[in-house]
Formats: sequence, C-alpha cells, structure tokens
Amino acid sequence: MSSCAIEIENLVKRFGPHTILDDLNVKIPQGKITTILGFSGAGKSTLLKHILGLYTPDQGSVVVLGSDLGQLSELELREFRQKFGMLFQYAALFDSFTAEENVFFPLQEFTKLGIEEIRQRARNMLLTVGITEDSFEKFPSQLSGGMRKRVGLARALVLGPDVMLYDEPTTGLDPITTKMVNRLILDTAEKYKDRLMTSVIISHDIKATLEISDFIAFLDHGRIIEYLPVDQFKETTNPLVRSFLDI
Amino acid sequence: MLDRVEIRQQLKAPIEHLGRSIIVNVKNFGHFFLYILNFFYWFPRRPYRFKLLFEQMYFIGNKSIFIVCLTGSFSGMVMAYQTYFGFKLISVDSLVGPVVAITLAKELAPVLTGLIVAGRAGAAMAAQIGTMKVTEQIDALEVMGINSHQYLAVPRIIATTLVLPMLSTVFSLVGNIGSWVIGTKALMIDETLYFAKLGDFMFMEDIYQGIIKAFFFGFMISLIGTYYGFNVTQGAEGVGKGTNLAVVWGMVTVLVLDFFLTSFLIKIL
Repeated sequence: MSSCAIEIENLVKRFGPHTILDDLNVKIPQGKITTILGFSGAGKSTLLKHILGLYTPDQGSVVVLGSDLGQLSELELREFRQKFGMLFQYAALFDSFTAEENVFFPLQEFTKLGIEEIRQRARNMLLTVGITEDSFEKFPSQLSGGMRKRVGLARALVLGPDVMLYDEPTTGLDPITTKMVNRLILDTAEKYKDRLMTSVIISHDIKATLEISDFIAFLDHGRIIEYLPVDQFKETTNPLVRSFLDI
Repeated sequence: MLDRVEIRQQLKAPIEHLGRSIIVNVKNFGHFFLYILNFFYWFPRRPYRFKLLFEQMYFIGNKSIFIVCLTGSFSGMVMAYQTYFGFKLISVDSLVGPVVAITLAKELAPVLTGLIVAGRAGAAMAAQIGTMKVTEQIDALEVMGINSHQYLAVPRIIATTLVLPMLSTVFSLVGNIGSWVIGTKALMIDETLYFAKLGDFMFMEDIYQGIIKAFFFGFMISLIGTYYGFNVTQGAEGVGKGTNLAVVWGMVTVLVLDFFLTSFLIKIL
C-alpha cells in the first residue's frame, strides 16, 4: 500500500445517546480510489464530515495529508479545506449562479487571478468534464442530472484538490448516467494521477464500487469491518459483507 | 378506579410538559444568542464582500420602495383625516400637521416599515437560506472553506440594518406629503398655518427616535430571518415552516422591541 493520505484512529462520534462512529480505524492510501461502502445509517456521511473537518471527534484523531485536523484552529481548518474537492449527491450547485459562475466562484474566492484568466480557467474546466459552450450560461435548474454532476465536478476540481470526495455519486441516477459518472470519476483519477490526488467515494452502490475502486472499506455500526483491495474484497468471507455483495 | 400510581402520573404529566417546553425554549433562546455572537465574530473579519452587501441593499431597499411609498402615503392620509375630525371638536385642527408628522416619525414609519420588511425580506432570507441548506449548497460553501454565516448572513444583516432606517425615512416623508395633501387640499387647513405649526412642534429628536428604532428593527428582522433559514430541517416542508416562523417572529419582535425602545428613547432624547 502506498503512503497514507488520510489516517483515522480510534474515532468516536456520538450524537446524544447514539454512537454513530465507534472506535473507527482506517488508513486511506494516497493517489488511489477508496470507496467506503455501507448500509444506510451506518455512519458514512458522518465519517465524510470528519474527514472534511466539519465535525469534531469526541475521541480519536483524523489526520489528512499529515495534518491532524483536531489541532487546527477554525481559520486554519477553513484554509486547509481548500485541499479538498467534493462532489455532492445532487451536485449542490448554487442555483442563483450559471454553470460557468459556479466554477468561477472558487477561483474568484481563493485566487488573485484577473477576471479574464478566471473565466478562461472555468471554461476550460467545464470543457474538460464534457460541458459544451452552449450550456455555460445555463442555470442548474436548466441542466440535466448528469450535466449538473459534471458542473459539480468541474467546480470541485478547479482549484486542483489533493483529496477528492464523492458523496453517493451514482445514487438515484439511471444506468447510463451512472456509467457516465463512473467514467468521469475514473478519468479524473487518471488525469490527476501524477499529482497523487486521492479519491474517496461514499456509496452503497456495490456494482459501481467494484468497477471503479482500488480499495474498499465496509462500514457497519460505526466501525470498519472489512478493508481490502478490490480483488480481495470480492472474495471476502465476512458474512455481512458477503450478504451485501451477493444482493 | 384509578390507582395511586396512575393518579400521580396524571398529575405529573402537565408539570412535565411545562418543564419540557421551558427547557426547549431556554435552549432555543441560547441557540439564538449564540447565533448573534456568531454574527459579531464574523462581521468584522475579512474578506469584506461589498458586492453581496450592495446586492442585498438593492433587494431590500429598491424592491421594497414601492410598497413602502404606497403604505406610507395612505397611512399619512388616513392619519390626517382621523386627527382632523377629532381635533376640530376642540378647535385645534391646525395641529394636524405636527401630530401626523410626529406620529409618523416616531412610531408609524419605523413600525410599519419594519412589518413590511419582515414580511417581504425576512421571509425571503429564510426561504433562500433554507433552500440552500436542504439542497446542500451551504455544505458546499463550508467544504470550500467559506464560512456560510459570513457569506450569507452578514451581508443580509448589515444591509437590512442600514436600509430599514432609509425606508422608514421615505415612509415618513411620503406619509407627510399624503397628510399635507389631505389636510390642506381636502380639509382646507390653511397651508401657512400647517407648516408653521409643523415647524413649532416637530423636532430633530422625533426624527432621530424613528431612525434609531428602524436601525434596531432591521437588525433583529434580518437576524431572525437568517436564523430560521440556517435552522431549516426536513426539506421543502421545513423551508415553509422556517419562512413562516421568520415572518411571525420578525413581526412580533418589531412590536415588542418598539415598546422597550420607546421607553428607553423617551428618557434619553
């Protein structure tokens, strides 16, 4: 296994009387695609929010690219988040902005580039993910689900993240769009391979996961109960994981 | 027949209910207080987003001006009519001008403008931010490293706090024009006398009082509107509920705060 991009040790998170993450340990390798699989309510989204530093652990630590998120101040954490890109389940595009403005936005907020340079970069990124020029000025409500995902991906990638997170990227999509999104994830990982960009996918879509992942972690009741390279994961004998795979 | 345990439980139930609702309300109040502190924490911090501030000022100010003028003119005209017929009985109808002007400046203009803005802009703030919350747009901002309160709430709160006194002043001005039209053209009060009495009885303190009130109303309405937006849960239904609560509490706050501000300002101005 290559060096670690994300290292989580003894992570515990409780909400009131409910323990969502229970002594969770996982090491996510750099430059690879790792998928965290699990049933609904297993704690996948809570884990994702800890990786992003949006939640503070009750116990344990989350180390991303060598930085312990628990040791960073609020302002340092905000700056650190610029190392992340995230594709949301429904893309989460800003609905008052056009497709181009959505991609434009992070560049405008975090770089000192001139307006023309920003516009050019945003347009190039949109073209890279397969959005044609005639859709640049469209608002999210005028775009299809697949196109929204593409624009969301362009927005996430435009600042050149070191860690790319995908939250349920194929949930609720038709088979053709699912295939397109999987292709997009693979192409993105391939394109940024030399930069060792790490991809973390949260999913319960077993078919898509087996197609695109290098490693798979299975989360159940707040713990990682299986974590293997994809080929070994397919052959697992863990009965719970097996039942999930055999569906 | 009820046994002793059942009787005790039936007696305990309303007390428990009361206790629970007190705890929930204290918790909510604490949550709102922390939200106010959060505003003061982020308000002076960079980056300053003047574009967003001006966009919000335009939305709240320019888009409310017509309804403010309409309400203001009719309020002034009605006030002129009502005071005229009362004052005529004791032969002080020449005081219609200053009475209407003072009432407008100190009370009607800030309160009615506050209610209009709470209904229009307060609701819009809760709905916009609430929709952004349920569609994960706020999460997207946070993931990018942008504080959603600083980006969404701060410009809205500052804009409303600055614009409401301006709208209130416009309301007052238009109301006085309405009062002057009705007073001098319809009710035939001598125009010279109307303005002379206005000059005798109307002071700058009366105008300041209204402006100070409008300033605080603007601050509270936008705080409440954005607060309910950020605390929306349960999808589209939650957005509706949040918007409704923002309007109701915005309006109630204007009326309650008006009493306390009046009691305070009367002593110092």
